Amino acid sequence: MTTQPKSIVVPVPSEEDREYWAGAKEGKLLIQKCGGCGRLRNFPSMGCPHCGILKWSWVQSKGKGKIYSWIVVHPPVLPAFADKVPYNVILVELEEGTRIVSSLVDCPNEKIAIGMPVEVVFEKLTEEITLPKFRPAIGAR
Amino acid sequence: MPAQSAIVGIGQTQFSKKIGISEAAVAYQAIQNAVADAGLQMKDIDGLVRYSLDTNNEWQLAYNLGIPQLSYFAVAPGGGNAGANTIQLADLGIKGGLAKNIVVFRARNRGKQSSAGPGQFEGGRPWEKMATQVRETPKKFHNPYGLIAAVQEMAMIARRYMHEFGITYEHFGHVAITERAHAMRNPYAMMREPITMEDYLSARWIAEPLRLFDCCLETDGGAAVVVTSVERAKALKQKPAYILSTGNANVFMTVPGTNYFKPSLFSTESAAVAEMVYGRAGVKPKDVDAAMIYDAFTPRVLIGLEDFGFCKRGEGGDFVAEGNIAWPNGSIPTNTSGGSLSEIYLHGFNLITEAVRQIRGTSTSQVKDAEVVLVASGNFSPTSAFILGSQPS
Ligand SMILES: [Zn+2]
Repeated sequence: MTTQPKSIVVPVPSEEDREYWAGAKEGKLLIQKCGGCGRLRNFPSMGCPHCGILKWSWVQSKGKGKIYSWIVVHPPVLPAFADKVPYNVILVELEEGTRIVSSLVDCPNEKIAIGMPVEVVFEKLTEEITLPKFRPAIGAR
Repeated sequence: MPAQSAIVGIGQTQFSKKIGISEAAVAYQAIQNAVADAGLQMKDIDGLVRYSLDTNNEWQLAYNLGIPQLSYFAVAPGGGNAGANTIQLADLGIKGGLAKNIVVFRARNRGKQSSAGPGQFEGGRPWEKMATQVRETPKKFHNPYGLIAAVQEMAMIARRYMHEFGITYEHFGHVAITERAHAMRNPYAMMREPITMEDYLSARWIAEPLRLFDCCLETDGGAAVVVTSVERAKALKQKPAYILSTGNANVFMTVPGTNYFKPSLFSTESAAVAEMVYGRAGVKPKDVDAAMIYDAFTPRVLIGLEDFGFCKRGEGGDFVAEGNIAWPNGSIPTNTSGGSLSEIYLHGFNLITEAVRQIRGTSTSQVKDAEVVLVASGNFSPTSAFILGSQPS
């Protein structure tokens, strides 16, 4: 008897975000920095929406920010999320100014609010992929 | 500039939860009905415009419908954002002299039980068919957290909208209730039972802050229109709905669906396209008699009313609560067929046929002497809009 592998949704890294995922695996939240104008951006992309330069480097985020918006998802959902409903998805504005979609852990959905301070944690999804997630910042818990 | 083209035919199929025929057959029926409504024959059709998400293509439509020659075909990229863009492409085809009579359509079988055709995306929910290996940016940064369906993406914007502008659940509810009231007078609408605010608030959550009645229908059906030149329109049997202006807009840092990364979420594509279509038509919001605003989810209507200048940013909630979008007494009756929430969900194409009916004077929620009607497609994506007039200028 083999157990049915749990269905999950996994990102496939590519040229412009390979280092982002490598960073997450090492417990670092990386933000892409434009090689032209120096502005930060997230999600990782090939080019800069400000100046169109196709070069970049990475800076490590302090991993702190505030909830910019949030939702709680109810059915219908994909089988991969069926045992998680109702689950939250949050949009965090990091102190560095960029925004990131993630999940809030260690917090009941009823306590989520816009403006809530959060800090990054890391959750292993597969051998290759670790997802940056957030928990309420110390003092906000 | 006076209009150079007009919509002269409209057609649709039965609207259903399980239509029992393929998306191809739905397209054929809708197009045949539109061509007949125009008083034309299939041999008169020489142009075709479709949505990129449609499963039907040019040669197959021409082959099965007996169209002897197509001289112009074009594809508008997208779904709910692309409706008005299809009309722009038809208008341009006429203006360019590339075709005489152009068919534009949408056929969409996405009822949960429908799977009548062989198409990969036919029947059921497109988002449920996504792969578990996500390669597309930015979906690969969002889907692993369970942010996948359009309603979930919209809910994030809706929550921020509530926060920034003091919008309430009841404000969203007024949109759902008003569109349902419009649908109750439309014999073709799928949802014709009245709903109250209590019904709205007690319905189940789909993605908080959005509930069941904030969401469009999952349905099967199709609709089509015929666009021709102003000169030819005058000789045809229907009262022409003149295309006064069209516009498309993608703005700084537009990201379809998860449009979360702009400095302000509410520097919208629709606000940009509003300037274009009003300026090109030489009309102002106060000149518009009825509005068809893409309504896959209720917050889109509030934000659209603001973008198109019927009220100021953040006032959309009070504006609908005061009855402004309700037929017959509202200042701007909106989605008068019941729209995507209560008539049928066709990526907004039913809003186009309803706009034509308002100009013709044949809507079941007819605005008296409607002369100018706005159609606005899906915001928070690259978007499009157009304005119809009862006169060419
Ligand atoms: Zn740059």
